[in-house]
Amino acid sequence: MDHFPTNWGNPRNEDGESYNTYPMASNKVPQGVQQIAGYGHASGHPTTHTQSPVVTGTSVLGLKFKDGVLMAADNLASYGSLARFRDVERLHKVSDFTVIGASGDISDFQYVKHLLDAQMIKEYNADDGHSLATPHVFEYLWRIMYNRRSKMNPLWNTFVLGGVHKGENFLGAIDLKGTPYQSPSIATGFGSHLATPMLRKALDNAGGSENLTREEAEKLLVECMKVCWLRDARSSFKYQIAAITSQGVSISEPHDLRPLTYWEHGRDVRGYGA
Amino acid sequence: MSSIGTGYDVSVSTYSPDGRVFQVEYAGKAVENSGTAIGLRVKDGVVLAVEKLIQSKLLVPGSNRRIQSVDRHIGIATAGLLADGRHIVKRAREESQGWRDIYKQPIDGPNIASRVGDYIAAYTLYSSVRPFGVSTIIGAMDKTGPKLYMIEPSGLYWGYHGIAIGKGRQVAKTEIEKLNLAEMTCREAVKHAARIIYEVHDDAKDKEFELELSWVCEESGGFHQMVPKDLVEEAEQLAKAVDDDDMDDD
Amino acid sequence: MFRNQYDNDISTWSPQGRLHQIEYALEAVKQGSAAVGIRSNTHVVILALKRSSGELAAHQQKLFRIDNHMGIAIAGLVSDARVLSNFMRTECMKSKMLYDRPLPGSRLVSMIGDKAQINTQNYGRRPYGVGLLVGSYDEETGPHLYECLPNANCLEYVAVSIGAKSQSAKTYLEKFAKEFPEADEDALIMHGLHALRETLQQEKELNLNNAAIGIVGKDKDWELIEGDRLKAYLDRLEAGGGASTTAAGDAPAEGASTEDNAMETD
Repeated sequence: MDHFPTNWGNPRNEDGESYNTYPMASNKVPQGVQQIAGYGHASGHPTTHTQSPVVTGTSVLGLKFKDGVLMAADNLASYGSLARFRDVERLHKVSDFTVIGASGDISDFQYVKHLLDAQMIKEYNADDGHSLATPHVFEYLWRIMYNRRSKMNPLWNTFVLGGVHKGENFLGAIDLKGTPYQSPSIATGFGSHLATPMLRKALDNAGGSENLTREEAEKLLVECMKVCWLRDARSSFKYQIAAITSQGVSISEPHDLRPLTYWEHGRDVRGYGA
Repeated sequence: MSSIGTGYDVSVSTYSPDGRVFQVEYAGKAVENSGTAIGLRVKDGVVLAVEKLIQSKLLVPGSNRRIQSVDRHIGIATAGLLADGRHIVKRAREESQGWRDIYKQPIDGPNIASRVGDYIAAYTLYSSVRPFGVSTIIGAMDKTGPKLYMIEPSGLYWGYHGIAIGKGRQVAKTEIEKLNLAEMTCREAVKHAARIIYEVHDDAKDKEFELELSWVCEESGGFHQMVPKDLVEEAEQLAKAVDDDDMDDD
Repeated sequence: MFRNQYDNDISTWSPQGRLHQIEYALEAVKQGSAAVGIRSNTHVVILALKRSSGELAAHQQKLFRIDNHMGIAIAGLVSDARVLSNFMRTECMKSKMLYDRPLPGSRLVSMIGDKAQINTQNYGRRPYGVGLLVGSYDEETGPHLYECLPNANCLEYVAVSIGAKSQSAKTYLEKFAKEFPEADEDALIMHGLHALRETLQQEKELNLNNAAIGIVGKDKDWELIEGDRLKAYLDRLEAGGGASTTAAGDAPAEGASTEDNAMETD
């Protein structure tokens, strides 16, 4: 009997306890089992890591404007090329002034949401006038992503973090390699090709995000979402917009892009099997 | 005390000939000397109140809290050794988060009470440790409504409608028994809790105290938080008025 | 050998619900020389009385920097203090690494409390034999002053002192507590020196060697006040320069000498 209660252990922690079941990655070898060189796991099987995402979300867009930050993402989670889940929320409120948007693996996103929630509960419990603001969450997320990639077991996402802290607007992204990036406009995934040029051009014309009104910014984002839907085969017409200002966070109900687009050409198309 | 000097009372792993574990009883003494803490479970939530005795004029008012949050929906008030209370709160937070990690949902009242109760009971089983010198009041809101528990240093716990621990527990319990808790709202309960704490405070023996009030209820959105300032002030004014009246009667 | 059968190990309750070993550990703090801390609305100043073991020996270190926004003074077992300050520095670095945020003083102090509590509950361990004064300036909540003791209580004060004859300093602090919130840096330091002087043994004076001052506050990282700056303050003290408009009470100096301890105390 171990007579030191501090050694009695903590409630089960899914991430990295020795009694977790195979094949969770673990560099701990159970007692009495000899580790076989070259074979990561004591069972004799090699340790394997995620090689590719499974259920995925496509682009997330982010744009700073005069009074805050706007973010947009559609509601589709694809299984390969199959449009599998069409009501998934990829924009998530982390705290009163922070929103996270995720492209990439949806289950990894759910895991990260749980990690962030645990952090926010810690802050809530402390109740000491200090808050985990957007830049702090960004740093934390960066550490998580970089740590996982250093274990050769990345969380397969590009995250976008938007928020307001001390009167400053914050917009940043972190990818699966743990690369942090901040900019007045951000677009992940296919959107980095489709939307980035549009966003940058608009910011250039306006002379910086501080000259952009919320209406202008929102119109621009919707236009980008429309282009993404038209050209990105993994996108959906159903999308949401999040706004973070000094007033707090608001995430819209899902909107529909279809009324903004024109499909009547189809009638006159001949050939191609039509 | 007949237990003293018999040798049956120096280890928690020793029973006395009549089947008592004196070390656990002694730990209870530390609770009895502490400032009073009460919990009220009413129809829409739970109110916790603590008589925080102020040992020095130089302490920062409002700091060094004895009521703490364990999760968004759970609060703990302790009476007894301050540091032991913090230890239990820390463990309760770990249990609560551990539950979330596995089940991806908030822990409910019965489960947090049982987890914390088991933990405290474990400290009464081995001579290598001493029992906790605290009694713990847990207030929570879960899917099925408000919950209130009190855990003794032995690890024994029950659910309660109303409970008091610490110095003034006898008087406080008598007062709580007079209340119609099932029909009461938290807003009303806050006033009663403040009144009772003022009533049990012994001006002669203990000089200063601060009233700590927290709630977890429908009005707070199911969150455990300190009661809003204006409501505390109102409750304290009422409590002082009642307390002064009582003095005049004496 | 023991005073009673309930005071020889940490995991035994006395019939009165007391833990004698913890109470004895609190005595170890009183063996160390005094430290004083005062907080204003903008700054925290921490002062300490340094001892030396003889003419040829240097005076020991009483103040430690934890981070840019935090410093501590110690009284009691120095080796325990080193363990704790090492822990504090590590936690501060962890906070910067993980959140890019200076660790709030209140949270660090809670962590120390949790750590110290373990030592008060398990057979074979002993409580820390050191008291700490922790001064921190937190961006969101301003200056804070905490006292951490072997009984694992970590409480926040507007002004406090620990160590040998600290009660005399406390009397001073209580007397002038009303002036602290609005006091500027200079006034705060002078108040601190006055309070510290109360803890001196008879015939002793504060000087460049035995006085230590640290300060942290708004737009000011933790720094020690040494050399010419320290001398200027000491000169003011000697010239009877009060920190306060009301005259400071004279030192009720009593010759309470401290006994040598097996482990070095400071």
